[in-house]
Amino acid sequence: MNEHVKNVTPETTDLSRRSFLVGTAATGLVLGYAGVPGINSASAAAPANFEPSVWYAISPDGLVTVTCGKADMGQHIASTMAQIVCEELGAKWSDMRVQLAPNDPKFNDPVLGAQITGGSWSTMMNFEAMSRAGAAGRIALTEAAAAAMGLPPYFKDQLVVRDSVISHPKSKKQMTFAEIVKSGKATKTFTPDELKAIKLKTPDQYTMIGVSVPQLDIPSKTNGTAKYGIDVMLPGMVYGKVVTPPVRFGATVKSVDDSEAKKVPGFMKAVILDDKTGTTSGWVVAVANTYANARKAADVLKIAYDGGPNAKLSSQSLLDEAKRLQGLEDSGQFFVKDGDPNAAFGTAAKVVEAEYTTSINIHAPLEPMNATAEFKGDILHIYSGNQFATRSGAIAAGAAGIDPKFVVMHQHWLGGGFGRRLDADMMVPAVQAVKAVGKAVKVIYSRENDMTMDFSRPLTYQKVKAGVDGDGKLVALSHDVVSAWPTARWGIPDMLSPAVDKKGSLDSFTVNGADFFYTVPNHYVRAIKNELAHNATPSGQLRSVAPGWTFWAVESMIDEIAAAAGKDPAQFRISLLDGAGKNGGGAQRLRNTLLAAMGLSGYGTKQLPKGEGMGVACVSSQERESASWTACVAHVAVAPSGAVTVKKLTVATDVGTQVHPDNIRAQVEGAALWGLSLAMYEKATLKDGGIEQTNFDSYRPLRMSQTPEVAVIANGEKATGVGEPAVTVVAPAIGNAIFNASGARVRALPITAEAVKASMKA
Amino acid sequence: MPTLTINGRSLSVDAANDTPLLWAIREQLQMTGTKFGCGAGLCGACTVHVNGEAVRSCQTMVGDVAGKKITTIEGLSAKGDHPLQKAWIAEQVPQCGYCQSGQIMQAASLLAKNPNPTKEEVVAHMDGNLCRCMTYSRIQKAIMRAASEMRTASTTSNERRPT
Repeated sequence: MNEHVKNVTPETTDLSRRSFLVGTAATGLVLGYAGVPGINSASAAAPANFEPSVWYAISPDGLVTVTCGKADMGQHIASTMAQIVCEELGAKWSDMRVQLAPNDPKFNDPVLGAQITGGSWSTMMNFEAMSRAGAAGRIALTEAAAAAMGLPPYFKDQLVVRDSVISHPKSKKQMTFAEIVKSGKATKTFTPDELKAIKLKTPDQYTMIGVSVPQLDIPSKTNGTAKYGIDVMLPGMVYGKVVTPPVRFGATVKSVDDSEAKKVPGFMKAVILDDKTGTTSGWVVAVANTYANARKAADVLKIAYDGGPNAKLSSQSLLDEAKRLQGLEDSGQFFVKDGDPNAAFGTAAKVVEAEYTTSINIHAPLEPMNATAEFKGDILHIYSGNQFATRSGAIAAGAAGIDPKFVVMHQHWLGGGFGRRLDADMMVPAVQAVKAVGKAVKVIYSRENDMTMDFSRPLTYQKVKAGVDGDGKLVALSHDVVSAWPTARWGIPDMLSPAVDKKGSLDSFTVNGADFFYTVPNHYVRAIKNELAHNATPSGQLRSVAPGWTFWAVESMIDEIAAAAGKDPAQFRISLLDGAGKNGGGAQRLRNTLLAAMGLSGYGTKQLPKGEGMGVACVSSQERESASWTACVAHVAVAPSGAVTVKKLTVATDVGTQVHPDNIRAQVEGAALWGLSLAMYEKATLKDGGIEQTNFDSYRPLRMSQTPEVAVIANGEKATGVGEPAVTVVAPAIGNAIFNASGARVRALPITAEAVKASMKA
Repeated sequence: MPTLTINGRSLSVDAANDTPLLWAIREQLQMTGTKFGCGAGLCGACTVHVNGEAVRSCQTMVGDVAGKKITTIEGLSAKGDHPLQKAWIAEQVPQCGYCQSGQIMQAASLLAKNPNPTKEEVVAHMDGNLCRCMTYSRIQKAIMRAASEMRTASTTSNERRPT
């Protein structure tokens, strides 16, 4: 992609000066004194093997600007990348700056090989690359300093690097990073092997990792200067407001009457989208000189639709279809196939069977979807905040009918992502409006467009059957997960996983988490695609994705079977987390987080008032291979009416190396409150093929008055993800606490007072 | 062309009287710190002050604020150093940050009238402002910190304070 396009990275220091650059390329990391990308590298006297594939640059004034290839949606990942570089480089934190990378492949994730942000992967997958980049810079600077100080190279081990200063205590000589860069003497390059051979610091040597330094992006987010995609202003730019059909997906435009819109001052054109991307069928964009006028024009367009094949569907019809599919012997693909649960159920002392559901949920980041597009010559420039630049650039190219290499994506801060901005639908109206009017266009969705056209967390239906033997030991569990398949929708074969029985492939982002760390000798998990839901409600990755529903089912069922066996639900879990076989290591860590949460919350040590109770849950979100071990104790009060008050959530998480403990707390708390919001307050429904909730009056995320105390404890080694796992543990903990408080078992999310009350009576 | 008195300056905007103030501020004046969130007065991202009162600029028409004193996040303090802004940094409140201009403006209107709010008063005043990252507990802490600082500043203006 855009190999011929010289990307001038935005906000770079003075281009007329030369910068000291460190970066990795396909060939490995190259260090050199070279031109910043965008100026002719030959004229900047770059070494021949210079690859403009940079993670950071040190300018002659000593500022270290780290280029972050990840989307920053509030997880402060740009600042975290800078912190990891800073640790090994030895820079002063106040010298660190961040900028956001364009879609040039040189900024691809070193592990994933693309620009995609999700899965709570960023820190764990970039920790080593950023560390080595930082260390390489320190080595190059140190050698240059040794030479400048007149010390033989082998003296470099006597040099001390701290706070952007390299000093030689014996001779009392010192040089700042700025002086070294200005001297032009830092020219060392590294081969991939040399890079790999660099000895990184051990955790006991860290001075930056583990320190809650001030996040670099925060000041700009307190004074209105942080630029989000929606804030982009281009000369001569006009505005587009999308008009979306009443049906979520599959409608087409029969005709557009713009006679009233033409009376709106500044109205330019109504553009019917030519949808080749499978995301914007039946959409129209009203283009005008201002957004206010575009809205006015959009409101008076008379559009006749063909509702398409999904126009009669409802949440109930999707659920009915899910149940029908689950009932079929040969539905779906196996994600886990250990032993033979069906045989084991025959000899089990007790068998419990239950259905769990979750509703459609909407991302609703507070910055509505938007994109600004313009052509400069042959190059299409897109300005937006996006989690998947690699794919979104290709979608923009497709919408424009050009080769993806002609697209430059200019990344911005994301006003919330939560997985919504992995998708690229907003590129289509922006690009096609530009093509239609020949000017730069900023397209902004209304909140109503944003909600009704969300790539939602799909409606899910799960059936779980569990059996215990005479000793109360869990011997069998079968688990069917029926849902739309969010990742399959992208059409990227590599993102699907082969079924364990080799019968085709499955979307593991619908079943992750169901492959838990409990020891159960007979265990089946089937991933069943609900084709009807898949087509009618194109689904997406909503913060934590599958573990947000799989653990709702698993952790509720574990409680149910523990109750049936007459065991304490926490002790029952601890006995299942024995670490046998494939669960070794992980199970013990999960057990320990559960114990930590129990300890911090005082689980089992307090006599609670009548109507109050505590419930536990523990999860290995996100994927089995990238788990952060997370446990929650929820403390709730249940009124006779069935109304539930969540009094406190205690979350323990083993996230490995804590790069920034305060940020981990912020992320875990935010994730836990997302879990609470999804468990109790957020519900979308489909009627006549359309999402019924259109704004924050009918779709109601958690507000301040609904926020309980959240206690967080974090520990561990080797950095893992923190942005999502705590989302998944809260709903089952609350459900289990409700059972503990009132005897009511709820199996549908979100939890309603009516459902609690109905279950209390039963 | 209507004239707006905004952040102490008189600026004329090329917008009809029925244009929401939000879009005049963002597009005409290119002050983008005030955010569009819902367009219906349900989220608070677009909060600005009109004559010192916190209002939703998406629900306030340009024609209705002529001659009134409008303050946006850009004009809340000279250098981004209003006690609330300092407290927002001290408590490291923002995650994505998109709602925070509105949160700060909403909070500023509370502290201007009530320098010693209770937790309940803070919650009641702030409940109309959504934070999708759910930074609510830090917002509360930052408001309390700023309130405390403002009270200390008004009683002992020359004393050195911890920052």
